[in-house]
Amino acid sequence: LKLCKYCLSGHPTLPCNVLKFKSTTIMLDCGLDMTSTLNFLPLPLVQRYELKECSGHVFVDSVPEFCLPETELIDLSTVDVILISNYHCMMALPYITEHTGFTGTVYATEPTVQIGRLLMEELVNFIERVPKAQSASLWKNKDIQRLLPSPLKDAVEVSTWRRCYTMQEVNSALSKIQLVGYSQKIELFGAVQVTPLSSGYALGSSNWIIQSHYEKVSYVSGSSLLTTHPQPMDQASLKNSDVLILTGLTQIPTANPDGMVGEFCSNLALTVRNGGNVLVPCYPSGVIYDLLECLYQYIDSAGLSNIPFYFISPVANSSLEFSQIFAEWLCHNKQTKVYLPEPPFPHAELIQTNKLKHYPSLHGDFSSDFRQPCVVFTGHPSLRFGDVVHFMELWGKSSLNTVIFTEPDFSYLEALAPYQPLAMKCIYCPIDTRLNFIQVSKLLKEVQPLHVVCPEQYTQPPPAQSHRMDLMVDCRGPRSSPCLSSVSPTETPVCFQLADALVPMEIKPGISLATVSAVLHTKDNKHVLQPPPRPAQPTGGKKRKRASDDIPDCKVLKPLLSGSIPVEQFVQTLEKHGFSDIKVEDTAKGHIVLLQEAETLIQIEEDSTHIICDNDEMLRVRLRDLVLKFLQKF
Amino acid sequence: MDPECSQLLPALCAVLADPRQPMADDTCLEKLLDWFKTITEAGSSLLLLQENPCLVELLCHMLKPQDLSSRVLSFSLRLTGVFAAQEDCFQYLQQGELLPRLFGEAGPLGGAAWTAPTVRSGWIQGLRSLARHPSALHFLADCGAVDTIFSLQGDSSLFVASAAGQLLVHILGLSMQGPADGPPSLQAGDWPACAKKIVGHIEESLRSTATPQITQALNVLTTTFGHCHDPWTRVLWVRLSPLVAGLLEKDPVPAAHSLVDLLLSVARSPGLSSSSCGLWETLAQTLSRLSPTQAGPLALGILKLQDCPQALRAQAFAVLLQPLACVLKATAQAPGASGVLDGTVGDFATVDTLLPSKAACVGLLCRTLAHLELLLPLPQRPCPWPQAPLLGAAVTLLQLCQGSASPTSDTGHHLCALLLGCVRVQRAALDFLGTLSQGTGPPELVTEVFAVLLEYLRSPDSSPTVLKKAFQATFRWLLSSPKTPGCWDLDPQALLFLRELLPVLQKRLCSPCWEVRDSGLEFLTQMTGRWGGQAGFRHALLASEVPKLTEQLLRDPESYVRASAVAATGQLSSQGLCISPASPEHPGGQQSPLSELLHILSTDSEGFPRRAAMHVFTQWLRDSHADVVGDTEEFVAGVLQVASQDLDWEVRAQGLELALVFLEQTLGQPGSPCPYAVTPPVVAPACPLAQALQPLCRVRLFEFAFRALFDCDRPVAQKSCDLLLFLRAKMASSSSPQEARSSPDVASVEAALQRWQAGDQAQPLGDLEPEVVLAVLKSMDLEGLRGALAESSDHVEKSPQSLLQDMLATVGILGENEADCY
Repeated sequence: LKLCKYCLSGHPTLPCNVLKFKSTTIMLDCGLDMTSTLNFLPLPLVQRYELKECSGHVFVDSVPEFCLPETELIDLSTVDVILISNYHCMMALPYITEHTGFTGTVYATEPTVQIGRLLMEELVNFIERVPKAQSASLWKNKDIQRLLPSPLKDAVEVSTWRRCYTMQEVNSALSKIQLVGYSQKIELFGAVQVTPLSSGYALGSSNWIIQSHYEKVSYVSGSSLLTTHPQPMDQASLKNSDVLILTGLTQIPTANPDGMVGEFCSNLALTVRNGGNVLVPCYPSGVIYDLLECLYQYIDSAGLSNIPFYFISPVANSSLEFSQIFAEWLCHNKQTKVYLPEPPFPHAELIQTNKLKHYPSLHGDFSSDFRQPCVVFTGHPSLRFGDVVHFMELWGKSSLNTVIFTEPDFSYLEALAPYQPLAMKCIYCPIDTRLNFIQVSKLLKEVQPLHVVCPEQYTQPPPAQSHRMDLMVDCRGPRSSPCLSSVSPTETPVCFQLADALVPMEIKPGISLATVSAVLHTKDNKHVLQPPPRPAQPTGGKKRKRASDDIPDCKVLKPLLSGSIPVEQFVQTLEKHGFSDIKVEDTAKGHIVLLQEAETLIQIEEDSTHIICDNDEMLRVRLRDLVLKFLQKF
Repeated sequence: MDPECSQLLPALCAVLADPRQPMADDTCLEKLLDWFKTITEAGSSLLLLQENPCLVELLCHMLKPQDLSSRVLSFSLRLTGVFAAQEDCFQYLQQGELLPRLFGEAGPLGGAAWTAPTVRSGWIQGLRSLARHPSALHFLADCGAVDTIFSLQGDSSLFVASAAGQLLVHILGLSMQGPADGPPSLQAGDWPACAKKIVGHIEESLRSTATPQITQALNVLTTTFGHCHDPWTRVLWVRLSPLVAGLLEKDPVPAAHSLVDLLLSVARSPGLSSSSCGLWETLAQTLSRLSPTQAGPLALGILKLQDCPQALRAQAFAVLLQPLACVLKATAQAPGASGVLDGTVGDFATVDTLLPSKAACVGLLCRTLAHLELLLPLPQRPCPWPQAPLLGAAVTLLQLCQGSASPTSDTGHHLCALLLGCVRVQRAALDFLGTLSQGTGPPELVTEVFAVLLEYLRSPDSSPTVLKKAFQATFRWLLSSPKTPGCWDLDPQALLFLRELLPVLQKRLCSPCWEVRDSGLEFLTQMTGRWGGQAGFRHALLASEVPKLTEQLLRDPESYVRASAVAATGQLSSQGLCISPASPEHPGGQQSPLSELLHILSTDSEGFPRRAAMHVFTQWLRDSHADVVGDTEEFVAGVLQVASQDLDWEVRAQGLELALVFLEQTLGQPGSPCPYAVTPPVVAPACPLAQALQPLCRVRLFEFAFRALFDCDRPVAQKSCDLLLFLRAKMASSSSPQEARSSPDVASVEAALQRWQAGDQAQPLGDLEPEVVLAVLKSMDLEGLRGALAESSDHVEKSPQSLLQDMLATVGILGENEADCY
C-alpha cells in the first residue's frame, strides 16, 4: 500500500489533510481554525489603536482574521478532489478553491452544503455589517510581535492569517461542490472510488471510504455513536480497512454530553426562576436542535412555559426550516414522524406556540417583542462578532444573568477575556457528541483496521490531565498488527547524511550544538536530511512550481547566540567602558541593569536581553556589542 | 379428621389415582400435604390410615405401571414419608411391603418417572420425613437408599442435589444419636454402619480430584457442623481435618467458597472452636493460600468470631484491607500510620486480582468496602481501627472514579482507567464513607472528605443513585462534624461548607432528572429537621434561593418530587423558614404553606403528595405549628373533610392518625407515655366527658371515624376501630352519667350506620350530639368488629373441607369441559 498523507491543519477537530493515493490527490476536509479570532477585540467596541489592553490581556483591535490551513506544504492547485465530512469542516473552502488555482471538484452531501452555506453566510454577515476602517497589520511584524505579551507573542504564522471571505467567494466556492448521497460510489479517474457513509454527528455528516481494487482507506472524521437527530453512524462499512484515518474526536473528552445537557437545563432554570436572563452563544445549526428538543421536554416540567426563547441569527429561519426538510438524513425516529405527518423536530411546535421566536438580527421586530427574563440563542460562539456581543454588553453587568457556553470550539475563558470584569454568571457546559476515547477503542476493536493514522494529540493524554491514560487512543488491543502512526506538521529527522559538514560546538559539558541547513526528505515513514541543492540562478518571474520540484529557499541565517551573561562581570565591563552610576536590581526572571546617567535600562533574562534607551541608537549598538561579548555564537 | 373431610377423601383419592384427570394446580397438592402434616402431628398416623383405607389404596396404586403424573407420584412419596415418620405406622406400611416397593429399586427409582426432578425430589423428601426412628435407619441400609442419595448429590437439578446433601446430614445425625454411651472413638470400627458409610463416602470425596465431589462433601460437612453441636462432631472434625487441610496443598485450592463456609461453620460451632484441634492453624493457612477475592469472606467471618487468637485476627484484617492498601499504594499516598494499610503484606496477589479486568477489580473493591462496612459497627471490630487510612482510601477511590486522582504509578494509571465513571464503586465507596463518619479523622482528611463530597454533588456526570448516596454521606458527615460545646449549631468549617453546598443544592433542585430533584429535597428536609433552629444554618438557607425553589417544586410534574417538596415545605414551615406570604417582594402573590398543602391534598391527582401532606399536617398538629394553633378546630375539620373523600386508603388512614392526635390533645394522652416527657398542653377532662367531646363533634371527627369504620380497605377500618375503642375506654373511665340511651336521635344514627355498613354511605349523619355519640359507641360491638377485621380475608375459604371441595370441583369442571367439547 502506497499512501502519502500531509496534514495541513494542526487542529484535530478542524482537519485539513491531503492524501496521495493511486496518483490522485485528495483533500480530506478543509476546516477553518477560528480560534485566532480570540486575539481580536469584539467587533462593535470602539476602535482607536491597533492594540488594546483589557484587564491584563492585549487584543488586536481590527477585523478578526482566521488561521488558514497550511498552503505552503503542497501546491493546492494539484488537489484533484476535496471530500467534506461535515458542515463544520468546510469553512476554509473559499480560501482553497478561490485563490490557489484549484480546479478540482468538491464532494459533499446536500445538508452539509446547505447548512455549511448558512454558517458561512452568517459569518460573512456578522463581519461585514460592522465595517472597520482598516485591518491592523503592524503588530504582525515579527520584531514587534515577539515583544507583545502572551498569547499574541506565541501566535504562530500570523502573517498567513486572513480576513474573512466575501459572499461572492462563498458562492463561487459552493458552486464547485457536487452533491452526493450516502453509499453512493464515485469513480475518480478510474483510479479510486470514494463513498460517503453516515457518521452520526450532524445532518448529512459523512465518513469516507477511499478504495482501489485492492486497498481500502477509511477516513473517519467527526463521528458520533450517540442517539441524537442525525442518521446513526455506519460502522459496518468501515470493516476490512487497510488504513483508517481518524480525526475529529470529541474536544472535551471528560464531559459526558448527557451530564452537560442536564447541567445546561438546571442552570438555565435556576437563572430564569431568579428573574435573570440566559445567553447561549451558539452556531445556528447542530447542537441547538438537540438543545431545543431537550428544552421542549423540560420547560413545562420546570415551570418555564412563560419564558420566551429567542433565536437570533441572520440564518435562524433557514436553519430551523432546513432541519425539518432533510427527513432522509435523520435518525429513524424522526424519519417515521414525517410519515404521520408531523415535523421531525419539536421546535416547530415551540414556534407555533410562540415559545420560541426567531429573528434575523437585534434590529426590527425583535426590539419590540423583547421581554425579560428570557433565553437567547445567538452567535458567534467566539464572542468576537455577531449579536452575542451586544447581549454580553447588555447583560454582563448583572449577576442575575448567566451565559452558558455549549459549543466546545473555543476556550470560554479566552472568549470572555475582553469583557472582564464581568458580573454575569458563566457556566461552561460544552456539548460535544463526537466520539470519545472509549468509543474509539470499541470502534477500532469492531472495525479492525490494519493501520490507524491519527493526529499526534490523540496519542497522549491532554497536557492538563497527563494522568488520564484513558484519554488517548488505545493502540493495544486484539488487532493483528497494531500500528499507530501519528502525524504532525513538523517531523523529526532520524538520520543525517551531512554529518561531515557539521561543526559541533560544545556549549555545556556533554552537549554540543551545530546548525544545519538541509532538505528534509520523507519517504515510507523514514526521514532523511540531505544537503541542500545549490541556490539556482534566478529564472525570472515568480512562478508557482509543482510540489515535487518545490525547493525551499535557503536563507542566510543570522548567527545563533548561546550562553548567559554573568551580571557582575558585565557591570565591571560597563564601568571599564566609562559608564558610571550603575545599579543592579534583581527581578523574578533575571536582573535589570540601570544606567541612571544615560537613562538606559538593560533587562537581562534567561532567554532574552532587552536594551531600552531613549532614541540613542549609537548607545544601544555600543551596549549591544558589550552584551554580545559574553555570548557564544554559532 | 372431621367427618365431612372423611367423606370427601375417597373421591379425591380416586381422582388423584386417575391419570386421565390431571391436577391443574399443584399448589393444592402442597396444601393437602400441609394438612396431612398437621393431622399426623396432632394424632396417630396409623389410626388415620386405618380409618381411611382409601389413603393406603392410593399409595398402593402408585406401584402399578401406568402413566401417572409426576406431580401426583411425588406427592404420594412425600405423603408416605409423612405417615411413616411414626414408628408404628412405619411398621404397618412395612408389613404391606409398601415402603421398599415405593423407595427401593422396584419403585419409581428404576422407572421412567425418575427422569422428572419433582419425583426425585419427592423421593428425597419422603425419606427425609420417615427417617425419624432406628427402624428407618435399618430400612435405609437394607434398601440401599444411601448409595442413591450419594449419587443424587450430583443431580442436575440444584434443588434435588441440595436436598440430597441435607438428607445425608440428617441421616448421619440420626445414626450417631443411636449409641448413647459417649462419643465414638476416632477409629471407624465402632461407628454405626450408616454413619460409617457416609463418613467413608465423605473421606473418599475429599481425596478426590474432581472439584464437584469435593464441593459436595464440604457442603455436607458445613451443614453438619452448622446444625449439630453434639460431642461426636468434634471427633468427626478431628478425623476429617487432615483431609481438609490437604485441600490447601493443592494449587489452585479446589472449591474455595465451600471450604471457607466449612471452616467458618466449624469455627462458629461451640463444641469445636474452643478446643485445640488445629482449627486456628488451618484458618491461618487458608487465609494465606486463598486469592484475595476468596479470602475476603473468610477474613470477615474470622473477625466476627467472638473468641479467636489475636494474631489470626490481625492476619484476617490485613487480608481484608489488602485491596484498599493496594489502592493507596498505587496512588502514592504516604504509608498509613497504622501499619495495617501500608501495603507491605505481600500484595502482589491483590494487584493481580485488581488489574486484569474491570469486573474483577470492581467486584473485589465493592466486596471489600461492604465487608468493612459490616465490620465497623460490631463491638468485636479490630482495635485500633485504622480510621485515617480507611478515610484516605475511600476518598482516593472516589477520586479515581471521578478522574480527579493523580496517580503516580502505572498501577495507579491502570486503576484510574478501570474505575473511571464506575457507578458501583462510587455507590459502595460513598456508603462506606458515610459509615466512617461515626469516627473522627485528622482535620486535613475531613477537609478532603468534604471536598470530594462536594465534587460529587457538583459533577454533572454523577448518576442519580450516586448523587443520592452523596447526599446521604454528606448529611452523615455534617452530623458528625465537631460541635462547639453547649451549641447545636454547625461548626464554622461546616458552615463554610454549607455555603458552598447550597448553590449546588439549588442547581440540583432544577435538575431535569426527577430522581435528583427528589433526593435534593429529601436532603433538605433532613438538614432542616436537624439544624432548622440554628442561627448559622437559618442565615445561610434564607440567603439562598432554596426555600423559594422548594415552594416552586410543589407544582413539579413528577408526583414523587411533589411529595418530597411537601415534606420539605412542612419541615421548612415548622422552623419558620418558608418565604413569608406577606413579604414586600411578593405582595399577595403567594399563599401560605398551609393553604398550598391543603390545595395539594384536595386536588393532586397522585397519592404520594396527598399522603405527604397528611403526614405534614399530623406533624404540625403534634408540634402545635403556628398556622395550626390559630384555629385548630377549623384546621382539623378542613383536613378531615378533604381526607374522608380521598380515594387513597393511606390518606384516609393518615386522617385517622391526625384525628387520634386531636383526640389525645382534647382528652389527654392514651396510656402513659414516657414519664419524663414534657406534657403537651392537654385539656384535662375535668369537665364532663360529653362537654369535652364537643370540639370533636364540631370538627365532625365522628362522622369521619364511623365512615372509616366501614371502609372497604381493612387497615383503615382497623385503625378507626382502634380509635373508637380508645374513646370508649376513656368513656368508661370517666363514667359520665349523661347518656341518651334511647332517644330517637340514637335510633336514627344507628339506622344510618347500619346502612353504611351495608355499603350505602350516601346519607350523611348530620350534626351529632356528644350524648348520642356516647350512646352509639356503647351499643356498638366494636370488639367483635375488631376480631372480624383481624382475620385474614380468606379465613372463610381456608378450611381443609373447602380445599378438598375445590380440588374436586376443579376436576369436575375439567370433566364437563371434555363433554362439552365432544
